[in-house]
Amino acid sequence: MSRFVQIFATRWGIIAVGAFIGIFAQLLQKWGNPANMGICVACFERDMSGALGLHRAAIVQYMRPEIIGFVLGSLIAAYAFKEFRARAGSAPIVRFILGAFAMIGALVFLGCPWRAALRLAGGDGNAIFGLLGLIGGIWVGTLFLKGGYNLGRSQTTHTSVGWLLPLTMLGFLVLMFVFPRVEGQDKSGVLFYSLKGPGSMHAAVLLSLVIGLVIGFLAQRSRFCTMGAIRDFILFRQTHLLSGFVALVVFAFLTNLVLKQFHPGFANQPVAHTMALWNFGGMVLAGLAFALGGGCPGRQLFLAGEGDGDAAVFVLGMIVGAGFGHNFGLASSPQGVGPHGIAAVITGLLVCLFIGFTMKQKTA
Amino acid sequence: MSAVVDAKGLSCPQPVILTLNEINKARKGEIIVLVDTVTSKENVSRAAIARGWTLKNVEEEGETFRITIAKD
Repeated sequence: MSRFVQIFATRWGIIAVGAFIGIFAQLLQKWGNPANMGICVACFERDMSGALGLHRAAIVQYMRPEIIGFVLGSLIAAYAFKEFRARAGSAPIVRFILGAFAMIGALVFLGCPWRAALRLAGGDGNAIFGLLGLIGGIWVGTLFLKGGYNLGRSQTTHTSVGWLLPLTMLGFLVLMFVFPRVEGQDKSGVLFYSLKGPGSMHAAVLLSLVIGLVIGFLAQRSRFCTMGAIRDFILFRQTHLLSGFVALVVFAFLTNLVLKQFHPGFANQPVAHTMALWNFGGMVLAGLAFALGGGCPGRQLFLAGEGDGDAAVFVLGMIVGAGFGHNFGLASSPQGVGPHGIAAVITGLLVCLFIGFTMKQKTA
Repeated sequence: MSAVVDAKGLSCPQPVILTLNEINKARKGEIIVLVDTVTSKENVSRAAIARGWTLKNVEEEGETFRITIAKD
């Protein structure tokens, strides 16, 4: 048992988890998920925001079981290995705002770090600018971290506090079973469903859920984090998490070759635009917000599953941010950035700088 | 008397940053790091070992992990 406990904390452990995510993301695409979007945490939370009617962009509304699985899989792993620990109270409002702007930045690029990797692995050259932006944003974040930025300590709290986000996800799952997709209808009970576009494309519900659960379980054990991968390399020259992220890209690429899903180029890539500057800029914002928030969007879900109430607030910030993203015309489309996307990126960067410069709480 | 780094309740990567700051300051001797998640325990241990320090002891006291690292 103890060897099993340890194995995911090793380098081979994290590489195996990255490889698993890379392979199954591409398989999910083959099984119905949108192109170069086998798993995108930001896109899928945006789809959930749409399913709940927080925005009404008709093409991106679907309650994604993968996301639900991530949180619940992490919860199961945390309990199985006695790591569940309810904690909260480290500047939740800041985490909410960071989550919202992280989502807005990701929607300007059209993807979170996971999808940036999957887009690259699918041959989408625009992802290079997104990844460069991500690195740039995280680099700025590390400058703040070196300068003493932190959001203060969390406190141990009631176990039930840590259960709230997992229970919310469970509630979403119940809604999905009570109000399943009805062919040809854009609404089923309280949930919205896309009739066309990315939101209409999905693998079978149970398949998505099971893969989400397994990834949630494995990621909780290994601490897989795409932002931490880059941050730890910049800050400490540590390659532990980075090897997991690289494994994701490599195995996603190999899987694409096998499945004939690799299509190199810049133009006409699926759910992508070619405005290099804003692919870059959107991800600078997202990367900085993730760095200040302490985790990539996937990691925030896994942390929320193991009882971190502050990560849960970040997740809710992302879901609400997606609502703003589409209601205010901030999100991009294959035609390019939204009417107010550029203004939103600039605003978000200013907010992140304000947070970074002013929040240097003493920890002694 | 060992230096004590209290990183309880701090999120990633603060515990590692505080530990490395202390390592850079002390250069050798013994440092005790207090953390309260298994992830922080792993991260602090990994960072200290990468800097040539040895992991002498990890004690669990309630919700706190007391990590002792040392370098001659």
